[in-house]
Amino acid sequence: MTHGKKPAPRRNTLPLHAVAWIVGAFILIPVIYAVLGGFKQNSELSTNPFGLPSSWMTGNYTEVLASGSFWLQLWNSMFIAVTTTVITVGVAALAGFIFARFAFRGREALFTLFTAGLMFPFAVAILPIFVLLRTFGLLGNPLGVILVQAAFGLPLTIIILRGFFRSIPGEIEEAAIIDGCSPFGFFWRILLPMAKPAVATVSVLAIVGSWNNFMLPLVVFTEEANWTLPLGIQQFQGQYASDTARILAYLVLAMVPALGFYAVAERHLVGGLTAGATKG
Amino acid sequence: MTTLTRGPEAVKLPAPAPAPRQRGRLLTITLFVLPALVLFLLLVVAPILVAFYASLFRWNGFGGLPTNFIGLDNFTRLFGTEIFRRDLWHLLVLVLFSVLVQLPFSLAIAMLLNQRIRGRALYRLVFFAPYVLSEVITGVLFSLILAPDSGMANQILSLFGADSEWLADPDTVMPSLFLVMTWKYFGFHMMIYLAGRQNIPNELVEAAQIDGASSWKTFRHITLPLLGPTIRISVFLSVIYTIQLFDLVWILTQGGPSHSSETMAVTMFEWGFKRSQVGYASAISVVMFLLSLVFALFYQRFVMRRDLEGATTNLGGRR
Repeated sequence: MTHGKKPAPRRNTLPLHAVAWIVGAFILIPVIYAVLGGFKQNSELSTNPFGLPSSWMTGNYTEVLASGSFWLQLWNSMFIAVTTTVITVGVAALAGFIFARFAFRGREALFTLFTAGLMFPFAVAILPIFVLLRTFGLLGNPLGVILVQAAFGLPLTIIILRGFFRSIPGEIEEAAIIDGCSPFGFFWRILLPMAKPAVATVSVLAIVGSWNNFMLPLVVFTEEANWTLPLGIQQFQGQYASDTARILAYLVLAMVPALGFYAVAERHLVGGLTAGATKG
Repeated sequence: MTTLTRGPEAVKLPAPAPAPRQRGRLLTITLFVLPALVLFLLLVVAPILVAFYASLFRWNGFGGLPTNFIGLDNFTRLFGTEIFRRDLWHLLVLVLFSVLVQLPFSLAIAMLLNQRIRGRALYRLVFFAPYVLSEVITGVLFSLILAPDSGMANQILSLFGADSEWLADPDTVMPSLFLVMTWKYFGFHMMIYLAGRQNIPNELVEAAQIDGASSWKTFRHITLPLLGPTIRISVFLSVIYTIQLFDLVWILTQGGPSHSSETMAVTMFEWGFKRSQVGYASAISVVMFLLSLVFALFYQRFVMRRDLEGATTNLGGRR
């Protein structure tokens, strides 16, 4: 894109914009419908689905915000996402460091084992994991979700971090060792700070993965106190089945953290996903 | 997937060290790799092995490891059921839909946003946004929109004097599901294609244009072949994802009406968690695993092999 040498010839871009607008409408109309619908009465949803509400009812939104369960689910989702990310990235960085900068027999075989994990469908393991967690008494414990998510996040995280660690010149390591740095000192004080962009990328991927996870919390958490947002939304829909406007309000409020995070971390998210896809 | 990641070795082989150093090195390696290895073996590898083992037993999931060995009975029973054959059929339908409709659509939009048009950064931002919303949010939102009587989709259709049962009708449930999947995932594939496109030197495209090639010919003979590796990876991801499709289907239809949108993962979940036939459900897990494995090996061997050799292939590798 930056290769252009001469200014682009003026062309009529109107048809391109027209297509982009149609696709944009396809994406945005459901979301706008939800946002506006949350301000309407249920009866108005069927008579006036697209227009602005005849009177703006804030009740649906404020009632959700005033209920403790929404905030509790938000907190549970955040706690699980952050803890998962810290464990995934911490453990994967240590292993990625070894895979990147130490030569030893069996290294490639071990690395291959981890990368093979990329294509293990999570659904395959869910039943044994459920039995395992029950055996260890981890059902209903956030740790059960956190550790499993971390384990399944390792392959991609290790691959991306190893790639980055390998790109850091060996001279820096030699200099650090000569200055009396231990391997861990080099890893902790020099390598990790240099790898900040890669660490940010894998962290963003881990957070989004955990935030959106449904199947695992679904089988691990039975108590309402543990529910994450996806479980809460599903339950809310069941509970207020005929109260569409109220469900829409709940959905919109649940979208806000994800879209806000996307707005802030878009570069890392897209960079990480495309790198993961094209490298993996 | 490993073969793809092997680049030129950037590793500095250490000079032969005296014995004490050597022992310290071994200790470092062990201590650093051990946490990842334990976590991975215990929670990823072992459960998959257990699924294989359990698939050979009649087992309700309780009381330690299963004991009632029945050989391959779970598998013969599984392949004899109508529901499972329909699961496989749905997998095929969704894969074909993705490859023939969703991915070309994503590619077209990616090419569009690769043009110099005003506001393309915003378009990109919006088109990708559904990908960050959870499957549950997406599913619940569309189950309301596609509701048979008063949903928004039918109110649009009623402007043209039409209506549809959407997810409630066995004949329309798969296209409806596919509509939702496209809404959520096309932006992801679009982003992959955009990243791949940016790794094609513009000089090649410009040279073709100077030689008088039309934009279609330039696309057909320059851009498309050079995007080959990217497209092959996006097909790969799409298939692997579809084999284990669960969340969206569970929220939208639970596999219904009367199993007409059921996937393998949904069937597995039904039998494993609702009816406690863990052995039988494990057989479904094993089939999912083997399908993924066979597909991945076959695909890497025969479809992506070229990409491991060529020079135009280290797409998106370095940012």
